[in-house]
Amino acid sequence: MTDFNELFIKYKDLITLAVYGTAIMLIIIGLYAVLLKKHLVKIVIGLSIIDAGIHLLFVAVGYIQNGTAPIFSPGYEQAANRMVDPVPQALVLTAIVIGFAVTALALSLVIRLYKHHHTANIDQIKSLKW
Amino acid sequence: MKKYIIFILIAILGWTLAQTFKAIPFGADRRGDLSNPNKVAAYYLRQSPETLQTANSITAIVVNFRGFDTLGEVTVLFLAATGLASILYRKEEEDKTEVERVSLPSSSLVRTGAKILFPLILLLGIYVFVHGHLTPGGGFQGGAIIATGFLLMLITYKHFETNHNVMVWLESLAGLAFVLVGLYGLFMYGSFLQNTKSVGTLNDLISGGLIPLIYIFIGIKVGTELTNILDILLKIKPGREQ
Repeated sequence: MTDFNELFIKYKDLITLAVYGTAIMLIIIGLYAVLLKKHLVKIVIGLSIIDAGIHLLFVAVGYIQNGTAPIFSPGYEQAANRMVDPVPQALVLTAIVIGFAVTALALSLVIRLYKHHHTANIDQIKSLKW
Repeated sequence: MKKYIIFILIAILGWTLAQTFKAIPFGADRRGDLSNPNKVAAYYLRQSPETLQTANSITAIVVNFRGFDTLGEVTVLFLAATGLASILYRKEEEDKTEVERVSLPSSSLVRTGAKILFPLILLLGIYVFVHGHLTPGGGFQGGAIIATGFLLMLITYKHFETNHNVMVWLESLAGLAFVLVGLYGLFMYGSFLQNTKSVGTLNDLISGGLIPLIYIFIGIKVGTELTNILDILLKIKPGREQ
């Protein structure tokens, strides 16, 4: 069985590209949905996708090579040297909850708008135009 | 025309992000010296098992080092739940018609399965937030698991009702208890949300001082809050209002 660390050293550039590339692509896809989609629910989904990309970017920055989770479980009490940066993970935990709150509130506003205007298409909601 | 401008903007943003993260090597150690911590990550990794006796250092950061921030986060979640309720509940109060669930009646297989799974999901959620300082997970995750259990019941049974009063009181008391724990630290040890001096031993269930207590309150609060949000969202009538 190949150790993950050996694979990491061997394909470091590829893994870097994959992780950062996925995160940046998620942000771009989300931004595309927010800016160009006409349906309000799709815009909210776009916001969630941007959220996911940013979280991935955060956690990826905190990763260290051959790292384990920053949890001092039995057997890992002295393994602090191998532990990944816990600060981005704690911040992402906060960000996920805030992202959930934002999504829930945005969806409730979408429901109100839909009930009022009978459509969720922002082109057909006349009162949004100015 | 507008479309092309947006595409160019997105491309510029992507290029900028790519250039920025080219300068940050993936997997490099940026925590600083662990034996003589001068960066925040090394400090947290050192203090979490030593002075706090908390196995999960992320919990130590979220509840202890950045406890005030977490109080704000819980407040944001509470405000979102309140805002959602006030946005969606306005019309429901006016006409007293029977509120119908959007979902179709489910089969007896689903109903029996949901009945068996519901207490187990609640148990898992409670386990996750009680062990938040020992294993991965914590109050927010445990609360989310509890809310999924209630969601299962809400979409399976058409007439499943969560007791609104119990939910609201649990949520309010849990939030109040969080603040009271913070005030206890203020009066006993001199700063808001200060942890106790007797923190137990690493990897015990009762260790980390006030951290498990706070995370249990957060778990109850988040679980009831998310359940309320799901309940409100599912109670929306399918028809359009006039």
